[in-house]
Amino acid sequence: MSDDKHKPEIDEVSGVETTGHEWDGLQELNNPLPRWWVWVWLISIVWSIWYFVIYPAWPVPGGATEGTSGYTQYKELAESQAEIVARQAAYLERFEEASLEQIVNDPELYAFAVAGGASAFKDNCATCHGTGAEGAKGYPNLNDDDWLWGGRLSDIHQTLEYGIRADNWDTRMSQMPAFGKDGLLNAQEINAVVDYVLGLSGDEHHGDAHGAGAEIFQQQCASCHGTDGKGLREFGAPNLTDKIWLYGGDHATVYETVYYARAGMMPAWGGRLDENTIKQLTVYLHQLGGGEESVSNDEQEAIKPANH
Amino acid sequence: MTSDTVKTSPNYNYDVVRLFTLATIFWGVVGFLAGVFIALQMAFPDLNIEPYLNFGRLRPLHTSAVIFAFGGNALFATSYYVVQRTCGVRLWNDGMAMFTFWGYQAFIVIAALGYVTGVTQGKEYAEPEWYADLWLTIVWVCYLLVYLVTVIKRREKHLYVANWFYLAFIITVAVLHLGNNISLPVDFTGAKSYSVAAGVQSAMIQWWYGHNAVGFFLTAGFLGMMYYFVPKEAQRPVYSYRLSIVHFWSLIFIYIWAGPHHLHYTALPDWAQTLGMTFSIMLWMPSWGGMINGVMTLSGAWHRLRESPVLQFMIIAVAFYGMSTFEGPLMSIRAVNSLSHYTDWTIGHVHSGALGWVGFISFGALYYLVPRLWGREKLYSTKLVSLHLWIATIGIVCYIAAMWVSGIMQGLMWRSYDDMGFLSYSFVETVMAMKPFYIIRALGGVLYLSGSLIMVYNFWRTIRGDVNPKEDTQQQGAAA
Repeated sequence: MSDDKHKPEIDEVSGVETTGHEWDGLQELNNPLPRWWVWVWLISIVWSIWYFVIYPAWPVPGGATEGTSGYTQYKELAESQAEIVARQAAYLERFEEASLEQIVNDPELYAFAVAGGASAFKDNCATCHGTGAEGAKGYPNLNDDDWLWGGRLSDIHQTLEYGIRADNWDTRMSQMPAFGKDGLLNAQEINAVVDYVLGLSGDEHHGDAHGAGAEIFQQQCASCHGTDGKGLREFGAPNLTDKIWLYGGDHATVYETVYYARAGMMPAWGGRLDENTIKQLTVYLHQLGGGEESVSNDEQEAIKPANH
Repeated sequence: MTSDTVKTSPNYNYDVVRLFTLATIFWGVVGFLAGVFIALQMAFPDLNIEPYLNFGRLRPLHTSAVIFAFGGNALFATSYYVVQRTCGVRLWNDGMAMFTFWGYQAFIVIAALGYVTGVTQGKEYAEPEWYADLWLTIVWVCYLLVYLVTVIKRREKHLYVANWFYLAFIITVAVLHLGNNISLPVDFTGAKSYSVAAGVQSAMIQWWYGHNAVGFFLTAGFLGMMYYFVPKEAQRPVYSYRLSIVHFWSLIFIYIWAGPHHLHYTALPDWAQTLGMTFSIMLWMPSWGGMINGVMTLSGAWHRLRESPVLQFMIIAVAFYGMSTFEGPLMSIRAVNSLSHYTDWTIGHVHSGALGWVGFISFGALYYLVPRLWGREKLYSTKLVSLHLWIATIGIVCYIAAMWVSGIMQGLMWRSYDDMGFLSYSFVETVMAMKPFYIIRALGGVLYLSGSLIMVYNFWRTIRGDVNPKEDTQQQGAAA
């Protein structure tokens, strides 16, 4: 095999002729192209030519060949979107006209709103509030009835549309003072009020109801959180008696909250999401568990006889 | 095969080949390690070490380390070896050849320093900024000169097929590199530059480059490697000379058109997308020509395959080459691409080519080269080669199977919407669904890396001149 001949010889193993060349002991057999290989290649070429005819394919002066099918990717996009529009058309017309209350009372529109809201929630809200709306530190759990700014349909809609401490005039706005940082209370006073606040939600280790903490609370905190500490939605001031903590209910975290204050923010979704999506989200969030009636119970009692 | 020993006339330049071989091994381990680390970052984001070692900076470090540092050095080493052996002359210009070695390593280090410090021109596989690009141009022109002059002064009348592929690789990569890096530095004392082309033109040039980096760096170059080392290790003639000619010319002619398939459903005009796709389909058989020639070269030497794990590396490489060059055209079809694009399927596809084809053919070539370059009778241990082979193969299977499942699942989840026309899944839900597969992928990477460390040990003992005593006695027994 290592001869330096330059004429074709027959390979003993395969019986095929070599090309007669040899490099560093390497030779080449003179086998023909495999037939199937040639055929499959030809088929792929024919298929491509067919494709050139059907689809836009070759640049020519002033544009490109258009293809017999009239395909463009914009048409394909429009067709795909048309399918979605068709699926939603059955609901959308009535949905757009309906008020939030009407949607909740119409089983079909309600189902449509919940489905759309669930989808929009996962893509827009889950990043902060969690895929199950379970919330996270600083981001409220939306499954419970512990609302900061109100749990009626109109409240939720307002919050979604304008956000919280967002960049517009209608946004929900309030500001807790940074009691420690701004020197309103000293460390001892903060510790006292923190103990009192922890006691409000029944933590037995804390909470002298008649001590210094109680006094400070009434002076400094009650105007927003209420004299009973149950919060005031007008200011988005949380209920401090329910053991639900937005930032954490251990002494250190509550101390931090009083010292530096908290001011969570949520973007305004009006303008980012269309009105239909905001309505869907409103209904979706309302039905998660904590939705409140459109009117208060007292008012409802008052209305009832008139309805009968 | 007495001609395989080191001391043959003419006096070949093995010094530079040895250096490139060591660099290949070193950068291979670095690149695999970076890959394992970023795979773990995908599964456990806390591993992002800001800012120097976050995913965004390490990802190009990994791709460049494996493609250009590991793959590039493997191509330098084998091309310098093969061109000398098959042309029957010493490599032209020792000094310039040595410059290509140090120059290329310098390029790798300059590029890597840029990545971790956040210097990038934002083009995939062409991230290094203008100063690194200029330096690489100088090195590459020297590479071309060394190779070409050696070819020109050859003693053989004809040029062996491996050299066609190596030459196509060197020349085309030069053209691609120049074409995709035309940019203006903001000032000559700073790293930042702006690409001359903008918008969709820039995207098209980038993917003309990107796809042909795969075509000419990772395909043509490594086919050159296959055309020398497979017939050598199998001790058989190449199956078909005619096939090698036809598939060579068709491959290099068609490959260069296929880039637009990376830009389906983008601002790229429809006609360009169609051309990219159809040329990818027509590329299928030209690609497979190399696989056929590789596999069929073994016919009549199946016993060699049983005995030699080195040959097993090469044949598995060719099988992965065949698989990924079928998968590629498939994924270029617009309808398939609408599912696969931007998903992990692409990552799986790339790695069946990179780990399976590029990695394994390189390991095969390295196992062939190391004992010959250092004048050793045989490798320290053939059994360790087998161990490397199986660990790495299982690693690849874990990797690509995980990415197939993950990628197709991801694509299906993105496009799924319900009866009322609402999207079924959010983006974060797709990410959560992929996490188990990220972990399996990282595991595959760990196996692949472990295999390469076994290889490093085997080479270290081989270069020291050791032979595993167990395997040595068997050898003596067989010889007696």
